[in-house]
Amino acid sequence: MNALRKLPIPTELWTLAALLLVWQAAVSLFNVPEILVPGVNVVFDEIVSHPDFYFVQSMHTLSNTVAAFVLSVVFGVGLAVAIVYSPLLEKTLYTVLVALNNVPKVALAPLFVIWLGTGNASKIAMGIMISIFAIVIDAVLGLRSLTPDMIDLGRSMRGSGFKMLIKLRLPNALPSIIAGMKVAMSLSLVGAIVGEFVAAQSGLGFVILSAQGMFRTDRVFAAILLLALIGTALFYLMEYLESVLIPWHESRRGHAPKPAVAPPTPSKA
Amino acid sequence: MALAATSEPVSTLKDVAPAARQPAIEIDAVGKVYHSSDGAVTALGSVSLDIYPGEFISLLGPSGCGKTTLLRIVAGLEDASTGHVHLRGRGLDGLGFVFQRDVLVNWRTIIDNVLLPIDFKNKKPKAYREKAQQLLATFGLKGFENKRPWELSGGMRQRAAICRALIDDPELLLMDEPFGALDALTRDELNVELQSLWQKTAKTALFVTHSISEAVFLSDRVVVVSDKPGRIVEVLDIDFPRPRSLDIREEPKFGQYSRHLRGLLEQHGAFRKD
Repeated sequence: MNALRKLPIPTELWTLAALLLVWQAAVSLFNVPEILVPGVNVVFDEIVSHPDFYFVQSMHTLSNTVAAFVLSVVFGVGLAVAIVYSPLLEKTLYTVLVALNNVPKVALAPLFVIWLGTGNASKIAMGIMISIFAIVIDAVLGLRSLTPDMIDLGRSMRGSGFKMLIKLRLPNALPSIIAGMKVAMSLSLVGAIVGEFVAAQSGLGFVILSAQGMFRTDRVFAAILLLALIGTALFYLMEYLESVLIPWHESRRGHAPKPAVAPPTPSKA
Repeated sequence: MALAATSEPVSTLKDVAPAARQPAIEIDAVGKVYHSSDGAVTALGSVSLDIYPGEFISLLGPSGCGKTTLLRIVAGLEDASTGHVHLRGRGLDGLGFVFQRDVLVNWRTIIDNVLLPIDFKNKKPKAYREKAQQLLATFGLKGFENKRPWELSGGMRQRAAICRALIDDPELLLMDEPFGALDALTRDELNVELQSLWQKTAKTALFVTHSISEAVFLSDRVVVVSDKPGRIVEVLDIDFPRPRSLDIREEPKFGQYSRHLRGLLEQHGAFRKD
């Protein structure tokens, strides 16, 4: 274990390599037919022999995912601010959003195809539809969690309501918003794939669906592997974003920070 | 019963005749009634008090007696149900508030926390940086400017909160049991620091506390507030020369003041026997 730690390769990568090894070993050991589960080597061969194809398909899915995510964050935080500031919107819009959130959103995918066609728009819309709730709900929670003390502080400093939002409410809500963003990131990917499942001529979801029709299990696995790669990369991107945006949050500080030693102060005037 | 309007000029203002002085804070028949499901609760009776520029006034009373409510009404954080408060000078823009808890925000460094009011008032924080550094240095926080709040002890955090209240050079400094959460030694230290700062800057200070010795040590006048509804029981002049050292607490006169105040508190709702 110590020898492993000394190598410049992080433990996370070793874990993934071990996972692939178990996969390969299981396939060889139990003689699983390739049409059910192909070996790792077969899947890698498939990807390596069509690099351009998989690159284009991956980028297609990735760009739709990121577009849906970014729009979700922008609209989600905007909606949350509106909901927190307007009692009317809280009673109306928030109720509608919560009700909508309880509809299995995958069931709405065909509707988006009817409304927006089979292009990128319906995939992005699907991604937003699935991921925006996570942002709105967490952002509303975060924006509301300004303590009475902080509200008093803000009011005692006599700034505008906008200052209160920008300087206190939003930064205070940032940990919640980022928690919502982490969930929304993976949900955006789900949305993009669902959109591609319903109707598409490109993207990894389309690759999976068309390969399945031809029993090209190796292609299905290749696409899944790439999806896993994209999802993992996006997850770590969010982790990085979190460490940049909220280095001050409890969860980011490590364990029990020591209070600094008080400097000597004159005890007598 | 020495009442506010008839009290002698305080030691720091002896050169100014009382008649020539206009109160910095005029509290005129202020009352506060809260409406809850159990009916109306009178938190504050009719309270009148004039506070003069440069005075250090403590509001002393049992917890829940409405002294914090009065402070919050003066600060404009709550509305009075009856009566009104008049602030001279810059009014509500010219006050700094120190809360019981420091309310430093974790996403800002100590110096940026101190500069928060500047930011709030649409002024340029850069122009106040040097001043913030000086203030922090006055309170022994030199070298901690770029630390985060969680890296500081409770006393240091409260010192930073005081710096924040002072950064925009307020005329009035309102403090709501600012040292209530600190240990006794830190509290003593901060009392001395607060006194010397107040002396240097000649601010008008209104200080809420339930510590008798803190009130006597710091104040020109101690205003005793009774329990439910809060009313002014007595305004006691504290006649010690400034600057005061912690040693005055050993003087017989300090003991007399304390005993007198404790007696008043006992009569008016504190130390209830359940």
